[in-house]
Amino acid sequence: MSRLGKITRRTLLVGAVAVAGGAAFGVYQIRRPVENPLRPEEGATLNPYVIIDQSGISIIAPRAEMGQGVHTTLAALVAEELDADWEAVRVLHGPPSAAYFNGALAHGALPVADYAMRDWQRRVTDGLGAASKLLGLQVTGGSTSTVDAFERMRLAGAGAREALKAVAAERLGVAVAELRTQKGRVIAPDGSEIDYRDLAEEAAGRDVPRVGLRPQSEWKLLGRSLPRSDMQAKVSGAAQFSTDIVLPGMKCASVRICPYLGGGMERFDPAPALEVPGVEHVLDLGNGVVVVARNTWAAMQGAEAVEIDWTPSPLPASTEAMYDQIATAFEARANSTMRDDGSPDDVEAALEVEYRVPFLAHSTMEPMGATAWLQDGHLTLWVGNQAPREHLRVAAEAAGVAEEDVTLHTVFLGGGFGRRVETDITRQAAMIAAKLEGTPIRLTWSREEDMRHDFYRPAAIARMRGAVAEGRATLFDAKIAAPSVTRQAIGRLAGREMGGPDKGHVEGAFDQPYAIPHYRVAGHLAELDVPIGFWRAVGSSFNGFFHESFIDELAHAAGRDPLHFRLDHVAPESAVAAGVLEAVRDLSDWDSPLPEDRARGVAMTWSFGTPTAVVLELDKTDGPIRIARAFMACDPGLVLDPGIVRAQMESGLIYGLSAALMGEITFTDGRADQGNFPEYDGLRIFNTPSIEVAILQDNPHMGGVGEPGTPPAMPALANALHALTGQRVRSLPLIHAADFLI
Amino acid sequence: MAIAITVNGERYETDAPPETPLLWVLRDEFGLTGTKFGCGVAACGACTVHLDGQAVRSCQLPLGEVDGDVTTIEGLAETRYRALQEAWTRHQVAQCGYCQSGQIMQAADLLAETPEPSDEDIDAVMGGNLCRCGTYTGIRAAIHDAARALNGGGAG
Repeated sequence: MSRLGKITRRTLLVGAVAVAGGAAFGVYQIRRPVENPLRPEEGATLNPYVIIDQSGISIIAPRAEMGQGVHTTLAALVAEELDADWEAVRVLHGPPSAAYFNGALAHGALPVADYAMRDWQRRVTDGLGAASKLLGLQVTGGSTSTVDAFERMRLAGAGAREALKAVAAERLGVAVAELRTQKGRVIAPDGSEIDYRDLAEEAAGRDVPRVGLRPQSEWKLLGRSLPRSDMQAKVSGAAQFSTDIVLPGMKCASVRICPYLGGGMERFDPAPALEVPGVEHVLDLGNGVVVVARNTWAAMQGAEAVEIDWTPSPLPASTEAMYDQIATAFEARANSTMRDDGSPDDVEAALEVEYRVPFLAHSTMEPMGATAWLQDGHLTLWVGNQAPREHLRVAAEAAGVAEEDVTLHTVFLGGGFGRRVETDITRQAAMIAAKLEGTPIRLTWSREEDMRHDFYRPAAIARMRGAVAEGRATLFDAKIAAPSVTRQAIGRLAGREMGGPDKGHVEGAFDQPYAIPHYRVAGHLAELDVPIGFWRAVGSSFNGFFHESFIDELAHAAGRDPLHFRLDHVAPESAVAAGVLEAVRDLSDWDSPLPEDRARGVAMTWSFGTPTAVVLELDKTDGPIRIARAFMACDPGLVLDPGIVRAQMESGLIYGLSAALMGEITFTDGRADQGNFPEYDGLRIFNTPSIEVAILQDNPHMGGVGEPGTPPAMPALANALHALTGQRVRSLPLIHAADFLI
Repeated sequence: MAIAITVNGERYETDAPPETPLLWVLRDEFGLTGTKFGCGVAACGACTVHLDGQAVRSCQLPLGEVDGDVTTIEGLAETRYRALQEAWTRHQVAQCGYCQSGQIMQAADLLAETPEPSDEDIDAVMGGNLCRCGTYTGIRAAIHDAARALNGGGAG
């Protein structure tokens, strides 16, 4: 029995999944008996994606459902081949397991622009994907889930289907080829039916036949907008997030950690907290305290009441000083020059400008939280997270138990956007549970804790040189300075320093499909220890703004229409990217003039394998500037669920617009000045534009959809503002520069 | 001293202090976790419930001031406003889903006051409910759709 088998089995059986006389199938052909503690010696597990028990079919979708609809699409991959009844399928997160590695994470590993990748380079990255299997990174991120699962999960469904048919064929005394499958049943030539549930246990003991996958023309579920598997739970209040677990004798906890980032706690006096009714414990967490109480309100009141002397932050005292520190990176050698065409140093620049963007918080709707229970030496956790194996490892370490003695349930994430890769909340919950062994703990951060202890999108500065001639760009020379997300966040995840050229730092700038003769993008890594992490679209979230704002400046310098200028430079490099520009041109009726108080802006960014173009129309007829209409076009290649793709495009757009319009984290003495939504807001229903989305499928390679909508939203807004007012704003957020409806 | 309140037609009792916000009484004392905590300062609407049919931010309403019947998302399906939940499902509105309890409860209040809301009415009443996934297009469509269904028209 491998350790992996042991963890998988126990977690599945002890967890929320009641396998009642069930069986699990797989494509890996790792045979192992299922010792169901409830009904011993029943069933067997061949693979980690399908469980069939008396209640029906459950599909394990081993990526975090954080709103992006991944459970629906991944389950549909299995259900398509399995011929399961979609309405009756149950979808589960599944346990932390190396079996659920994300092979597509490596697709971005080579220092090559996605649009320009050759077939051999794609094969190399597939090989790297197998290497990530060894690492066992079960990470949800990088808009990779569907690409990664596309073959694997269909194979899981097909293998299970054929095993079920094989059992049915023996029982009926007919050839397998004579059997059909439909809606969770095997159908015999005479029309009689056998339910999968009655075949599952026997089928699970067999070798999984090797089978081919069905052609796209036979798909019944894929390619359609399916009803989401999580919708019913989310409109009824039944969906369980990290702090919705109810356990016997549970106590509620909230923390107060040193807000001066990198600082600590010199002393604390728990007495005032212990006077708050309902408060039971005040415990030392090293750099702060946790208050445990009968309910979360008492815990939060108690945490506020504790008298604490903090030690100062080692960070620069002001945001301006942080920018100064970032700018010093320009003086050092570049970490990377992943685009270096022509001889930019020999071209005289007509335009030399600097852009900057601020730190940003993820600001998920659900503040960080977790439920943890250490009982008889076994730690059980419920936490919405984007990297279960890492969370499990950290939890074991924090609670002082072996990894085998941890069960981690991934529950729904109340927004992720990259924040819930980080293990800080899990570490805390495990520590607290260990301090109060035997008592289940519901840990909820206040919004202020959440906003002041984020792993922020880094602030970044870009210095640009450009020139035009005869209506074309001749020089695009960018230097980008920021602290490195790759070094910090992947370093934390992988437990080792990441060296070498940092591709993530320059993504969204070096890899754009423009034909410009002198074209260079250099990345400079700044030394600044503000905690930073993956924030929706990562490097492309700032590079998209730099690149596409500057392209707009070059278009104006050339006296050209910014959309047609782009098309002229993009079409020779990528027909796919030109396609999204043309689509958004047509959708927005770009070439028709607008009245004086209205104007349009455009931007296009190729990120996560998907070129995405945005046109925004601004309107100041009624006073403050309103983002009236948005038009988007994306090309992720083969589309598995157009409804979900559209929803992700809208979501990415609004996330990007929120940041560009009003998103900004500033620091004083290392403490974030913003603590709650009144100081760090997002778009609301009244300032969200109407949105039209065109989804193209001309891209020969599948791309992601969760992130690509965010990068072009920001420059499109700044470019539209320029078109409306003539102001070229080179720093975000835009509310500092213009009167928007907020 | 114990305080008794009616939630979704059932009587609940707690000896939590009367200043405890209703939100935390519902979630931690009564186990009704469909109502969500987002900000604690009435800035996001995730905690919206009904007090005698009117939308209130439960993070700001002390238990001791609950002077009427409370309805939460768990009880909404028993009212005519289940039409909203059905419309939300038809339009596949939810993404992460965390804010949607509050969105739906606020929308029920809107339809109670304004059975046929315009886009401007929706903007005015729903503006206090934040959604970081950006599901506003779906929310708007679902409210119009539910309004049609409640007014005797066909849903669609």
